[in-house]
Amino acid sequence: MSKFVFPESILSRPVYGTLEPRRGAAYLFIADASGAEAIIDVATPQMMAKAHIIYIPKGEGFAENLRQLNPAQFYEGPSYEAAVSRIRKALMDAKMGLQVYLSGTEGLMGQAQHEAMQAGIPHTAIQTEHRGSTARRMQCVHCKGITEDVMIDPFVCAHCGLNLFVRDHYSRRLAAYQGVCIDAEDPGNVPASKGIYE
Amino acid sequence: MSGAEKIAVTVTDIVPLNDLVTRFEFKRTDGGLMPTFSGGAHSVIEMRDGDIIRMNPYSLMSDPMDQTAYTISVRRDDEGRGGSLFMHTQVKVGDEMVIGYPVNLFSLDLRARKHLFLAGGIGITPFLAQIKQLERFNGNWELHYACRTKALGSYVDMLSDKHPNETHIYYDDRKQLIDLKNLLDGQPLGTHVYVCGPKGMIDWVRKTATEEGWPREAIHYEEFLAPQPGKPFEVKLAVSNKTIQVGEQESLLEAIERAGVDAPYLCRGGACGQCETRVIDYTGNFIHRDHWLDDAEHKQGEKIMPCVSRFEGKTLVLDR
Amino acid sequence: MTIQFNDETFRDDYSFHNSAWAIKRFPFPFHEDSYMYSINMEQHRGGPKGSIYEKRFDVDEHYVSEMRDRAMVLADDPLRCQSLPHMTLAGWDLLELIMVSKSEDYPDLFELHRDGNNWRWVNKPLGIDDSFTFLDETTLQYGPMEYITRQAQGDFCVLDQRDDNLWMDAGTVTTQADWSLDFDLGMNFFEWHAPVPLAHEKGIFVRALKFLLNIQQGAPARRLNWTMTVNPLLDTSPENYHKWGIQKTTMTPDSIGARQHLRVELQTFYRLPRSNALVFPIRCYLCSFQDLMSVPKWGRRLHRVVRDLPDELATYKGFIDNRPMMLEYLSAFDDGQPTSPGIWPDRETEPALHT
Repeated sequence: MSKFVFPESILSRPVYGTLEPRRGAAYLFIADASGAEAIIDVATPQMMAKAHIIYIPKGEGFAENLRQLNPAQFYEGPSYEAAVSRIRKALMDAKMGLQVYLSGTEGLMGQAQHEAMQAGIPHTAIQTEHRGSTARRMQCVHCKGITEDVMIDPFVCAHCGLNLFVRDHYSRRLAAYQGVCIDAEDPGNVPASKGIYE
Repeated sequence: MSGAEKIAVTVTDIVPLNDLVTRFEFKRTDGGLMPTFSGGAHSVIEMRDGDIIRMNPYSLMSDPMDQTAYTISVRRDDEGRGGSLFMHTQVKVGDEMVIGYPVNLFSLDLRARKHLFLAGGIGITPFLAQIKQLERFNGNWELHYACRTKALGSYVDMLSDKHPNETHIYYDDRKQLIDLKNLLDGQPLGTHVYVCGPKGMIDWVRKTATEEGWPREAIHYEEFLAPQPGKPFEVKLAVSNKTIQVGEQESLLEAIERAGVDAPYLCRGGACGQCETRVIDYTGNFIHRDHWLDDAEHKQGEKIMPCVSRFEGKTLVLDR
Repeated sequence: MTIQFNDETFRDDYSFHNSAWAIKRFPFPFHEDSYMYSINMEQHRGGPKGSIYEKRFDVDEHYVSEMRDRAMVLADDPLRCQSLPHMTLAGWDLLELIMVSKSEDYPDLFELHRDGNNWRWVNKPLGIDDSFTFLDETTLQYGPMEYITRQAQGDFCVLDQRDDNLWMDAGTVTTQADWSLDFDLGMNFFEWHAPVPLAHEKGIFVRALKFLLNIQQGAPARRLNWTMTVNPLLDTSPENYHKWGIQKTTMTPDSIGARQHLRVELQTFYRLPRSNALVFPIRCYLCSFQDLMSVPKWGRRLHRVVRDLPDELATYKGFIDNRPMMLEYLSAFDDGQPTSPGIWPDRETEPALHT
């Protein structure tokens, strides 16, 4: 699946790279859906011998391919929420020298990155590669609720119901983009939604 | 206004620790309190040696919360420009001096789960202040301190007595070496490593930690570059319309100051970037000794750090 | 120093008003007849007597009412005051800085008694008399940063200095010009400024950061920033934008003089000693257009600045839609006469308005 090219934007908008091999004491791969392909692209037998892969398929069929890489540990989880406790345990047991690789959707990468940062890894040391859906996690600045999988702009906050426009301003701490009320100055005047990247 | 704020102090105690290192204590001449500071900070000490004014940065080793006095430890360098020699041979208890407010270019990362300190020789000084700070706030730290010999091991006894579990000493003359790879291996996630000592030790720690997969932000280092003496050279100061001669034993910055030109500075050790000066024209070679400019900038020849770097050649014209 | 404190509101009935004294000392931010971003930093070491620059933390007639408004904002939305765990020491540094400065600069209003770490702080305007142990959070009603910023006008951003950058790791933000502390918490200098148009291309933030990283103890700096607000509303937060945004659209030509306010931020920058953090207080001053017009130079200049401001800036500062109405009002106060350079009102030397 070809990689989406994100348009250039403001400095707070995350920029993803391409996973590359790096010397480390151990490797933690966290991916969803077609993020698995990024792991397959970078994996070497030496890395896999010390690797723990945590994968959330989201309907994609790459689990078997990942198993065949023969990582030291492999976990296939039904959702990110189910996988979180395992991610935290892996980070808690980890030592300095752990290399973290994240690939897949922005939402998955952002949340996993936050867990790794909480464990003491600077975000610049965490490798990321975007694959698959360009849906965003959006935080409503008004009610603080997060709406998952947002593809359109404007959209309706899943918690408080306000009409929000999509900003590129992004918070690593919240692993979400900011949504702000679009019709505050003209209530009810909400333009038709378009795709975020249209 | 150049440099940090100044404090008028009196030398209140001088204690030689061994053949090379002497400790100095300063109190405010007006009897007031010293400013508090953060562990790792240094102060720029002004030394008036007849006509010559030298300014050297020294790490503050006293307790950051102790506002009655500051203490520093100075290692005598017989080959240097004479600053440490001046401290060792000319300064007496009761002398009045001027020192700069604390400036910190080597601060603790307070988010760290654990602070791993690696000290070489006189590089122990900033850690002494940081250890006191961490002890006050129940921080998690460990020290590995390499000394040439037991006789030259400044503060080894004090550290081993007060903190036997955290302190590890290595004597060069007994071939005791820090087993760095092993030491780094197995540290918990969120450990930060700090190194202060000779250039070779700093380079070794940075290289090894990077190879072991430690992130750049978790590796901290401080090396005060004492300006090295060198061949004299001539410099034109375009803005002040002066031509100056930089002597063998003085830095370019000191020569500029001697000519009465107020050039900005802060750390005077090639690390902070404040003295960065634009080169208008030159014919010759730069001798860059700073940590501030990157390799490309060193090659481009458009900037120089006068606190530690020099020049050899026919002409050098600076934007001062 | 006796100050008559107003009893006024910054919401609902908007009873906020500036006395003649407040108007005279208002920090009009434009030193020339046009505006573009600049670093415009200077040392923060006093200023003309009676001016907002004279004291380290200026206290004016709005003090008591502003603190009451802050308490209401925080009761409604505690996320406006947050401090990441490693920033508590910086919070103590800030508490000391404000208590020492205010007790020295306004001895009639504030007292600080210290016996080792046993401190007693008296804040007469707010009726506070608290004894506590410095560096011991259990002896204060709130964390140190929250405690002291509930008693100091303006927002406070406490920035951790790491990795050659500044990180917004703590703050109390209730009088901001439309940005969210909760969202920006943890961002670095370039990231939290990312939405500002034009400035990044000009390299403004790279130079500004270099300057700020080198601010040292005992040598604070300051600069002015500005925007526009309809009604003297302090809490123009994104959090509440869905409630206050509509006010921008209710402006009319006969109410604009009283309701349109120039909102000026006095930004100061202090190095904090024990934590090596940098505190960035943002003190907000409001003045209605009609009050500003009482100074001929300001009347002429404001018209020209607003008229010639690039569209991107007027949009970013939120008044592009109201600009035509503002210009209609302001043009009546611009008789085309030249204005002197500098921000001061220059009442003695500037000619009166020719109408």
